Amino acid sequence: MRAVIRGTGSSVPEHKITNADLEKLVDTNDEWIVARTGIRERGMLAEDEATSHLATRAARAALEMAGRDPSELDLIVVSTMSPDMFCPSVAALVQRNLECERPIPCFDLNAACSGFGYGLQVCWDFIAAGRYQRILLIGAEGLTRFMDYEDRGTCILFGDGAGAVVLEATDSETGLVASNTRADGNHWDLIQIPGGAAAQPASPYTIAQRLQFVHMNGRATFKLAVQTMEQVARDTLKDAGWSLEDVDHLLVHQANQRIIEAVIERLQVPLDKVPINIQRTGNTSAASIGILLDECNREGRFSSGDKLLFVAFGSGLTWSASALEWSATGPRD
Amino acid sequence: MEKVTAKVNTIIGERLGVDGASLVPEANLLDDLGADSLDVVELVMALEEEFGIEVPDEDVEGIRTIGDIVQYVGSRIEANA
Repeated sequence: MRAVIRGTGSSVPEHKITNADLEKLVDTNDEWIVARTGIRERGMLAEDEATSHLATRAARAALEMAGRDPSELDLIVVSTMSPDMFCPSVAALVQRNLECERPIPCFDLNAACSGFGYGLQVCWDFIAAGRYQRILLIGAEGLTRFMDYEDRGTCILFGDGAGAVVLEATDSETGLVASNTRADGNHWDLIQIPGGAAAQPASPYTIAQRLQFVHMNGRATFKLAVQTMEQVARDTLKDAGWSLEDVDHLLVHQANQRIIEAVIERLQVPLDKVPINIQRTGNTSAASIGILLDECNREGRFSSGDKLLFVAFGSGLTWSASALEWSATGPRD
Repeated sequence: MEKVTAKVNTIIGERLGVDGASLVPEANLLDDLGADSLDVVELVMALEEEFGIEVPDEDVEGIRTIGDIVQYVGSRIEANA
């Protein structure tokens, strides 16, 4: 069995935190941020909402496009590093919100910014094994809740959002053709949220040290991001039997415009094949490729048979790439 | 050393988009050539590829001028030879 994307959906909060807003919080300015990141604004969760609200909206949009009812799902997977709470999972909250009738399995997967690629591979393997026929995969993040608005190196980067796909088993279409997921735990400390978990449980000390927020070594991250994404992209193309010229659309994790540009410079893929929305979303971690995919799909950018390559990188370190032959989304029977 | 200088100048000229006249040994990457922190990372990556060396993060801290780069690359190549 092969796995195809039958529907896409996304949700980015209407409320934005702009560069002008950040200028009031930390020593920075619009020009500095745009030159180093390409970001102009990021979605920010409403006060009374959390990650699962965005995940649910993205899921409903994807299900609607797929022409499927939540009761037809066999599994819900949410990739996230910023869940509503440690437990239960965001996936369980989404199942509740969607009012799925059956007690289908639900779990979260944490591969940080590579989460969408990891999720695609896990879901594809479930479908290929014949275990499930229809899976809802969501990348969802509420990262503004984990930003230190006194650290100008990180708070300018991240935003909230969710991107979802409905994956279905098929034997008549191509769908996913290759996938690689990789990690190197030796670099575990480059991007981390150190406090509030088992290593350093929440305490007045962890709060005072601001350990509940994202901490990042930007320079080392930049270098490894570019190197690992280039390599995994090339390896995945090889597995798919595609050349770089075959790729119609390269979707790179929206981490930082400069990283995206460095990757496409090395791969020598023309800019018009590389959609970018980071200026409006910031880095939405596991959600970024799902959001970009949905926006491009709804703009009509993809045609059946187009070759798509997704590539991502994040905390762990983790990195991933997937090759997919596009099928027009919408109901099939 | 002249070869190293020429290669370093070519890489810096390309990466930072500055013309030959500014590429003097005392030129400071950040203050004189308009590089930002990410330009420096990309520059280091380009040097690593060109000269087949690996530049640890702590060594990057000591690099400020074109002269620093030429001297650093020269010493690393000698050590490898």
